[in-house]
Amino acid sequence: MAFTAPVENDGVNTSPRVSDEVKTTTCYMCACRCGIKVHLIDDQVRYIQGNRDHPVNKGVLCGKGAAGIMQHTSPARLRKPLKRVGERGAGEFIEIEWDEALASATTLLANIRATDPKKLAFFTGRDQSQSLTGWWANQFGTPNYAAHGGFCSVNMATAGIYTIGGSFWEFGEPDWDHTKYFMMFGVAEDHDSNPIKIGLGKLKGRGAKFVSVNPAQTGYSAIADEWVGIRPGTDGLFVLAIIHELLKSGSVDLEYLIRYTNAPWLVIQAPGTQHDGLIARDDAGNPLCWDKKSNSAVSALLPDVAPAMRGSFEVGDKKAIPVFQLMAERYLDGSYAPDAVAARCGITTDTIKRIAAELAHVAFQQTIELPIAWTDWAGRRHEKMIGRPVSMHAMRGISAHTNGFHTCRAIHLLQMLLGSVDVPGGFRYKPPYPRPIPLGPKPAGKNGTRANQPLGGMPLGFVTAPEDLLVDANNQPIRIDKAYSWDHPMASHGLMHMVISNAVNGDPYTINTLFLYMANMAWNSSMNTRGTIDMLTAKNADGSYKIPNIIYSDAYFSETVAYADLILPDTTYLERWDCVSLLDRPISDAEAACDAIRQPVVEPDRDVRGFQTVLLDLGARLKLPGMTNTDGSPKYPGGYADYLVNHERAPGIGPLAGWRGADGSSQGHGAPNPKQLDAYIANGCFWRGEMPHDAKYFKFANASYLAWSKQMGFIPKAEQIVLQIYSEPLQKFRNAARGHGAVQPPDKNRARIDAYFDPLPIWYAPFEEAAISSTEYPLHALTQRPMHHYHSWGSQNAWLRQITAQNRLFMNRATAATQNINDDDWVWIISHAGRVKAQVRLVDGVNKDTVWTWNAIGKRKGTWGLKPDAPESTRGFLLNHVISEHLPDQQHSNSDPVTGQAAWFDVRVRIERAADHEQKDAGHDFAPLTPPPGISPGPDVLQYGANFREAAE
Amino acid sequence: MNPALSVIFFTTASGAGYGILVMLGAYAALGRLPQSMWFGLTTMVVALGLITAGLLSSTFHLGHPERAWRAFSQWRSSWLSREGIMALATYVPALGFGLAWVFPESVKVPLYLLGLLGPVMAVCALGTIYTTAMIYRSLKPIHHWYNVHVVPAYLVLGVMTGAVLLFALSLLFAEPLKFIAPISGLLLAAGLTAKWRYWSFVDSTAGTSTPGTATGLPGAQVKSIEWPHTEANYVVKEMGFQIARKHAGRLRTIAIWAGFVVPAVMIEFSILMPAGVQVVLAVCAALVMALGIITERWLFFAEAKHTVTLYYGAEKA
Amino acid sequence: MTSLPEKTGKKLGLVIDLDTCVGCNACVTNCKEWNTGGHMAPLTDLNAYGAEADGVWFNRVHTYEVAGHESCGAAPSRTMHFPRSCLHCEKPDCVTVCPTGASYKRASDGIVLVNEDMCIGCKLCSWACPYGAREFDVFEGVMKKCTLCIDRIYNENLAEEDRVPACVATCPTSARHFGDLSDPNSDVSKLVKSRGGVDLMPELGYQPTNKYLPPRARKDTTAAMPAPELKPVTADGFLGWVDKMLSR
Ligand SMILES: Nc1nc2c(c(=O)[nH]1)N[C@H]1C(S)=C(S)[C@@H](COP(=O)(O)OP(=O)(O)OC[C@H]3O[C@@H](n4cnc5c(=O)[nH]c(N)nc54)[C@H](O)[C@@H]3O)O[C@H]1N2
Ligand SMILES: Nc1nc2c(c(=O)[nH]1)N[C@H]1C(S)=C(S)[C@@H](COP(=O)(O)OP(=O)(O)OC[C@H]3O[C@@H](n4cnc5c(=O)[nH]c(N)nc54)[C@H](O)[C@@H]3O)O[C@H]1N2
Ligand code: SF4
Ligand code: SF4
Ligand code: SF4
Ligand code: SF4
Ligand code: SF4
Ligand SMILES: [Mo]
Repeated sequence: MAFTAPVENDGVNTSPRVSDEVKTTTCYMCACRCGIKVHLIDDQVRYIQGNRDHPVNKGVLCGKGAAGIMQHTSPARLRKPLKRVGERGAGEFIEIEWDEALASATTLLANIRATDPKKLAFFTGRDQSQSLTGWWANQFGTPNYAAHGGFCSVNMATAGIYTIGGSFWEFGEPDWDHTKYFMMFGVAEDHDSNPIKIGLGKLKGRGAKFVSVNPAQTGYSAIADEWVGIRPGTDGLFVLAIIHELLKSGSVDLEYLIRYTNAPWLVIQAPGTQHDGLIARDDAGNPLCWDKKSNSAVSALLPDVAPAMRGSFEVGDKKAIPVFQLMAERYLDGSYAPDAVAARCGITTDTIKRIAAELAHVAFQQTIELPIAWTDWAGRRHEKMIGRPVSMHAMRGISAHTNGFHTCRAIHLLQMLLGSVDVPGGFRYKPPYPRPIPLGPKPAGKNGTRANQPLGGMPLGFVTAPEDLLVDANNQPIRIDKAYSWDHPMASHGLMHMVISNAVNGDPYTINTLFLYMANMAWNSSMNTRGTIDMLTAKNADGSYKIPNIIYSDAYFSETVAYADLILPDTTYLERWDCVSLLDRPISDAEAACDAIRQPVVEPDRDVRGFQTVLLDLGARLKLPGMTNTDGSPKYPGGYADYLVNHERAPGIGPLAGWRGADGSSQGHGAPNPKQLDAYIANGCFWRGEMPHDAKYFKFANASYLAWSKQMGFIPKAEQIVLQIYSEPLQKFRNAARGHGAVQPPDKNRARIDAYFDPLPIWYAPFEEAAISSTEYPLHALTQRPMHHYHSWGSQNAWLRQITAQNRLFMNRATAATQNINDDDWVWIISHAGRVKAQVRLVDGVNKDTVWTWNAIGKRKGTWGLKPDAPESTRGFLLNHVISEHLPDQQHSNSDPVTGQAAWFDVRVRIERAADHEQKDAGHDFAPLTPPPGISPGPDVLQYGANFREAAE
Repeated sequence: MNPALSVIFFTTASGAGYGILVMLGAYAALGRLPQSMWFGLTTMVVALGLITAGLLSSTFHLGHPERAWRAFSQWRSSWLSREGIMALATYVPALGFGLAWVFPESVKVPLYLLGLLGPVMAVCALGTIYTTAMIYRSLKPIHHWYNVHVVPAYLVLGVMTGAVLLFALSLLFAEPLKFIAPISGLLLAAGLTAKWRYWSFVDSTAGTSTPGTATGLPGAQVKSIEWPHTEANYVVKEMGFQIARKHAGRLRTIAIWAGFVVPAVMIEFSILMPAGVQVVLAVCAALVMALGIITERWLFFAEAKHTVTLYYGAEKA
Repeated sequence: MTSLPEKTGKKLGLVIDLDTCVGCNACVTNCKEWNTGGHMAPLTDLNAYGAEADGVWFNRVHTYEVAGHESCGAAPSRTMHFPRSCLHCEKPDCVTVCPTGASYKRASDGIVLVNEDMCIGCKLCSWACPYGAREFDVFEGVMKKCTLCIDRIYNENLAEEDRVPACVATCPTSARHFGDLSDPNSDVSKLVKSRGGVDLMPELGYQPTNKYLPPRARKDTTAAMPAPELKPVTADGFLGWVDKMLSR
């Protein structure tokens, strides 16, 4: 209840006018995508407020979202299309008209498409319109498409999707309202910025225990009830030791494992044959288990079998044993015992044992029951929902290592053993997840590319066996980034971090045009920044650039702008139509499917266009099939807004799921509704379709959920989704490596595939650590996202940059003392790949073998609308300068061997105090970049809002 | 605290000006003031000039000097307001006194009135110095100021600087003032004592606030690891001024010698000297003292630590 | 009037939960964006895009490492985020020292405000504030400070549920609470009571209205969370136990 204004007679206007108009839209200060209400006075943004009704943020905004005004008015905003006239990097551009820009891009691209479409590499960074951009690549006919996933957290996505049919990221969440024990692994902020914070607030309110496993004690870890300051890269061992403890003490949920996982499935034991390690199946392909009642192998998908969980059985002519036994035997081994791993993890044996005991205690002694009757896939009715209230969340601290895929699988295994996946109090899926395992479709492009023809499917997908790989007749990669090749078979999100280096090296081939969108590849999203810049400017003997053409869409003057040939300036997030689609990265919550739009709330004051509209325009100019009518006219003349309403991916399925059907009465499915956008706007620019009440847990086996999910078009069939403790696709690759099957790896890859495609989670030392000397490089170096900056975007923001204009290197006080390093000293951070200078800040709350810094604060001089003396470019630094995209052997990319995930956090360093004369600034030797025409550093004095006060009075 | 030059100049200059008025008032009360137009005029101009310049300078550091008149309104609670009023009020007896003293013919004030105006002026002047001192003395967040040693030091230093100046002026105009040299010497000794006591107090004590009490965790050790903003802000620049211990020590030595000891020696020594030398010594004593007292005042600010610094990494304030 | 009211009708203020604050700076920037167009507009930023950027902010979040406190649990220290804004003290010298009457404490609700039109920019009030809550706008030459969002909390142009300070409305972890601390039955008063809310620098006698809830004891020991030690199941090992379990 609000207070009423008292009589004070001090002349204060307690009810000033707030705005002329309030428009809703979706925040894009980061990828969390919260709902916002934009208050406008005279078409200027007075205030951005969180939308209380919105499913993602429920009214709150984070530090970035509330600083949106300064992003929208950034001095670094691009103003008009630009054409490079000088050398790359020299910053010599001229402004050109859109027609000229689009015409020149069209000529270039049409030529590629008519000759060899794969010579276009289209990579889209922090893209939120991947269903459009991927489809565009498909229509163009190039397999060389991906967004940021490969350098972001594909380990997490792939491990989850192949294991539990869903994933962490923002694709699932702890049951914030019921969980009693929450473990968070390697998270500083994550995409679900506000939901995680709202959730932690709830946990704190309820007094649930929150454990944070993280080498650094900042942010979320600061408020954890227990901080486990683990040594980086060892979480897999820690988790498997917990599993060891649980198994040894019988603290596992057997019923859950039998019903919902492939624990009872039989695994063929036929060493040396092509069948070894595969799941025993009947003729229909159903997995088999051993039914103790009938004493025979029966389909594991039948309800009410009493499967054997141990034993060796004859199935046909082969011996087979249950997954469960294989799993238990492996982790019961003494090598996984807490005392065997403790030292390596930097965690005491007692702590590991205590946490295991606490997990077991909460899961099995503090079970919760929700009075929700439900029916499972087999038609069995359950009067209540029984939950094991332990939940987990993990992100890049786990995934950005070369052992991240397996570590993430280990965490999912732990969840399954505790019976806590999608149960009350556990981890919950958000629709459209869970989805069948393995998830279709497969990546397109297997049959190569054809001139002027679409690819025939989406470039990114999920492989299940060597046959699905994108390799040519010579077993060589089809894709420029070598995704889905023997180097990185399960590269579900591509390898954006390898594109430039592969293209320049002509390995596997050269390209004609690199088309980038929203990725600052010449700076913070590249490993080996300097090398990347050199590659972008590298020339052939004849003086031509090794990457002949670079087209780039950015909204701001980032470092990468300087290296492109043609710049397509984008709008800011308050100026465009946009969409957050279920076909893409959804914003659903655990009880509803959700999507959202952005609407322009202010008109751009520059000659800029929304990238998606530009892409559709280019598509029409190139006469791409999906984007052109039969008469050759553009199919979406109204741009992205037109496409959002009228595009159908499959009949009745479009970018937006709400208010479909001619009259707007259907959801999920339905014909295009010409008034759909109005309906969204009337609802605050989002749609939330709640699932039935009895569908909210056990989604993988819940008849009500599965039917709803099918009806919404998320899954093809309303069939049970069996969680995969044992991952058969991995074994298939392994068998190929062992010399079986039609498609086998080249010899140089065999040992690697054999070693890392283990169908059960394994742990191994991160590759860089294994390759270098730990005495020479004794420390791990990490980055963390500051909650108030989004990658490189924050430094142009007059408010956010005041909070962090310089990033320190945080170092353990005790470790620093051994090297006589004092607080505020300047030090060199030296890795096998290079060195960079930084100013230290000594702290206690960091693992003693670890140093860390805030990510992406360091800026190249001259960029982002900053003055040359800005601390970002004099005292700030990027850790990327010392991270290599290759392993020290220079043979393999610095990536996870299974998925190709960039291993940012594997880097090992040593710290040396800089010489006395170097004790001043970061001393970068990158030449300053010259701003393109129309862009100059922002004003010295900023008085935003002065006029609003007058307006209010 | 940031040692702003305008405030340093204000407190030292006006302090000396008021000090002269105090001394004149005292001599007038005792009927020991020589009647001399040039001496009187010069002395009054110097005194009121120092005061006025100081006051003006103090308005320079205001964000809105044109609104300075508003500062007289809150005498009920604000020492700054009281100071303004006292400063203004002091002009009345001071101008009256000056006229009566300098132009006795034209003004035609009876002599007993001078004897009356003098003490009133002296009390007003002392009162003004007192209000100035109280501005600092009442600031609880600043341990260096929130103590009993501040007011005596301000009062004594004000009168002392006034006396030394008056001594020089009286010699310049060869209008001997009875006992002015020993009085100056005594005041210099008193000033040094006051300051000495102040310094020993601030050196041996600290405020009760700690980073623990500042953050609500009394008893805990609280270390700042990141500022809210990486660059310095108003509060840090204004209240977080830092001076190295060694540096401060050196400046204190200068303040002690230049501000007190050397002038005292020069003044007492000057008594033994012929008139010409005496004048030179007296003027030099005043100049040396000015240097010393400005240093003293700079330190008064620079060494003062504000509790807000506890939030920014200071271990005590 | 810079004399303090004997007693205020209400004591509106904030309660900040240090056990829950993750240091996200949402309250910081939301305060900035609201107030730069609000009652004390603008909150000037100097050198906004260069070296030594220096703006006026009403709320700032510090990061500390704390040792020797129960909230550290078994660890030697803990990280603590600490938001700092005006505490709307009951006995604030920042008001009484003001020579012009620009600074005042409202008798009705206890909010401490600056009337910029009367402020001469002498900065004395900022010296008198132990907490660093007042920020001088060098460009405008006047003192500015947290208004407790006086232009929101009673604003009839806002929906009723939005009539709370911007920093409170936005805090994602709900670490900030707003209410009447003079009413023992208000939610904030009850929270302060149940969580042992404290004053900052009580020794100075300013009697802050805002209260801070100290971080709670950590649960990282067996004593804090008694879970029985895990014991190996049976003599015939785990898989034997599985058999037994499944044959029941
Ligand atoms: N050392 C280290 N490096 C890392 C990471 C790390 O943890 N440590 N993290 C990695 C990860 S996970 C990621 S995802 C990457 C992210 O790194 P990037 O993908 O490079 O992301 P950003 O820096 O956020 O922004 C990319 C570009 O998008 C532009 N942009 C912003 N808004 C718009 C818009 O509306 N339209 C258009 N067209 N462009 C816009 C920006 O100006 C910027 O140039 O960084 C990676 N780099
Ligand atoms: N504010 C803000 N939000 C963002 C972003 C941003 O730039 N700013 N970026 C978005 C993007 S693209 C992404 S991918 C997500 C990433 O979200 P997060 O996964 O939260 O990203 P990071 O900041 O890289 O955090 C990695 C964390 O893992 C820890 N860590 C590193 N190595 C290990 C390890 O071996 N074990 C364990 N247990 N921990 C480890 C680090 O200390 C750090 O706390 O955030 C998204 N959200
Ligand atoms: S988390 Fe913050 S920046 Fe990201 S969308 Fe939400 S409000 Fe915007
Ligand atoms: S918004 Fe809340 S959690 Fe974030 S810094 Fe402010 S008080 Fe802390
Ligand atoms: S916190 Fe400071 S500014 Fe606010 S009322 Fe208290 S003393 Fe005054
Ligand atoms: S700066 Fe303004 S508000 Fe502060 S004491 Fe001076 S006149 Fe009063
Ligand atoms: S109450 Fe309002 S003015 Fe005060 S800190 Fe919070 S948002 Fe800022
Ligand atoms: Mo990412």
